[in-house]
Amino acid sequence: MNAIRHTFQAIGAIFWMLVHTGEEMGDAVRRRRPAFPLRVFHQQAYRVGVGSVPLVALVCFFVGLTIALLTGHQLRSFGQERMVPVLVAIAFTRELGPLMTGIMLAARIGAAYTAELGTMTVAEEVEALEGMGIGALRYLVSPRVLAAVVLTPCLAVVGNVFALVGAALISLWAFHMAWEFFFTTVLDTLLIRDLVFGVFKSLLFGVIVGAVSCYKGLAVTGGAAGVGTAATASVVTSITAVIGFDTVFNVMVVALFEK
Amino acid sequence: MNENPMVELEDVYLDFGDQSVLEGTSLSVCPQERFVIMGRSGSGKSTLLRLILGILQPTRGDVRFDGQSLAKLSRRKLNRVRRRVGMVYQYSALISSLTVAENLALPLTELTRKSRNEIETLIDEKLEMVGMKDMRQKMPAELSGGMRKRIGLARGIILDPELILFDEPTAGLDPVISSVINELIIELTEKIHATSIIVTHEMDSAFKVATRMAMLYEGKLQISGTPDEIRSSKDPVVAQFISGDTTGPIQNESS
Repeated sequence: MNAIRHTFQAIGAIFWMLVHTGEEMGDAVRRRRPAFPLRVFHQQAYRVGVGSVPLVALVCFFVGLTIALLTGHQLRSFGQERMVPVLVAIAFTRELGPLMTGIMLAARIGAAYTAELGTMTVAEEVEALEGMGIGALRYLVSPRVLAAVVLTPCLAVVGNVFALVGAALISLWAFHMAWEFFFTTVLDTLLIRDLVFGVFKSLLFGVIVGAVSCYKGLAVTGGAAGVGTAATASVVTSITAVIGFDTVFNVMVVALFEK
Repeated sequence: MNENPMVELEDVYLDFGDQSVLEGTSLSVCPQERFVIMGRSGSGKSTLLRLILGILQPTRGDVRFDGQSLAKLSRRKLNRVRRRVGMVYQYSALISSLTVAENLALPLTELTRKSRNEIETLIDEKLEMVGMKDMRQKMPAELSGGMRKRIGLARGIILDPELILFDEPTAGLDPVISSVINELIIELTEKIHATSIIVTHEMDSAFKVATRMAMLYEGKLQISGTPDEIRSSKDPVVAQFISGDTTGPIQNESS
């Protein structure tokens, strides 16, 4: 019962953190200042985006390759291995690309955000920003959440491309499927809707990872040990929230659009 | 007492869970005063500053800045009030990822419309005031405690605030640096005509900088007066605190 209460309290606190961040951004605009600090946004965008490309590309490449190989072998017993490009394309654009990107970002960026903000909280740096009237939420939270929101869909697209390349390579080697046939089938199969759902979902995963990790960082208590605990909790919570939200989203999409 | 105090605390109570930190504290600080709050470690002095800055909200009672009750202000208005206040933290609280110059530039770039040149000039001016002009490009981690404290002081006054809050400005510093900091506090507050509230348990510093003093004991302000009045006070708590005697009403927590 306590766990449920704490979960709802945390969801409420994250919601209000985002509302207050929006208020501070609005106040900055009213004062004719940038809504968020551009320099911090650039730093964070580079970190989230460019910094995560190798990880996302590599992991998606291997997963795409593995899925194509394993499903291809099963489909070959029915003489249906030509379905491999269809399967990999739909699986990645709608589900695995955004989901795996969300999970990898939660692990890579979520932990870093929480540890960074947690250390700043413990060292009174967050309080100093707040005390100067700069607005710690606008200065610290808005660029981080925005970077995660903007860059997660881009990373998901990168992940999709590398997964398809991995699948195409293994299909060529294991099933003698021409490179051209593979990608023509992918383009014929994919619907705009699949791409839109995937991108939309990854946008929301960006919000979840950014908001949860910033909240966990700002709520740190208990010194260095507290920062460590918060970073772990942030990764666990973000990954659980991403997977939970993904499930809800898929159920809703199937119920509303695929009758 | 001045009719228009800059800071007022009226019957303020503050609890952290079961622990009561302040139990009916009232005070009033007038413009251009250097008001020193003394008290034992852990008596709630720093907490008092956080109440004045609106970082903490009292459990009961009212905290007013320039006549405005902080509890009634929206976040936006509270931030506006905070821009008129400078705080110098006990452990400096410099942003560790920024250089000294960037730390000082931060309030200016975020809160004012000053040009790059004006900002650079102001940074040089404030760093010179605290004798740290050569440290512009250093990271906070490369500085000693005393240097960080002086940079924190420079950042606290960079916007020429009306009120400066000093949290243990000389704690842990050697006597020479302590004297330098004390002189800086007096010089700076006189130069920019600011009001200061200084929290300390170091009596030498307290008597050097104060125009008025008070002692926080067991959640309440025990006494308030000029340094001379405090020095000659017959209040046993104050007398024991000033003399540092081990016998008297202030007992060691373990006894």
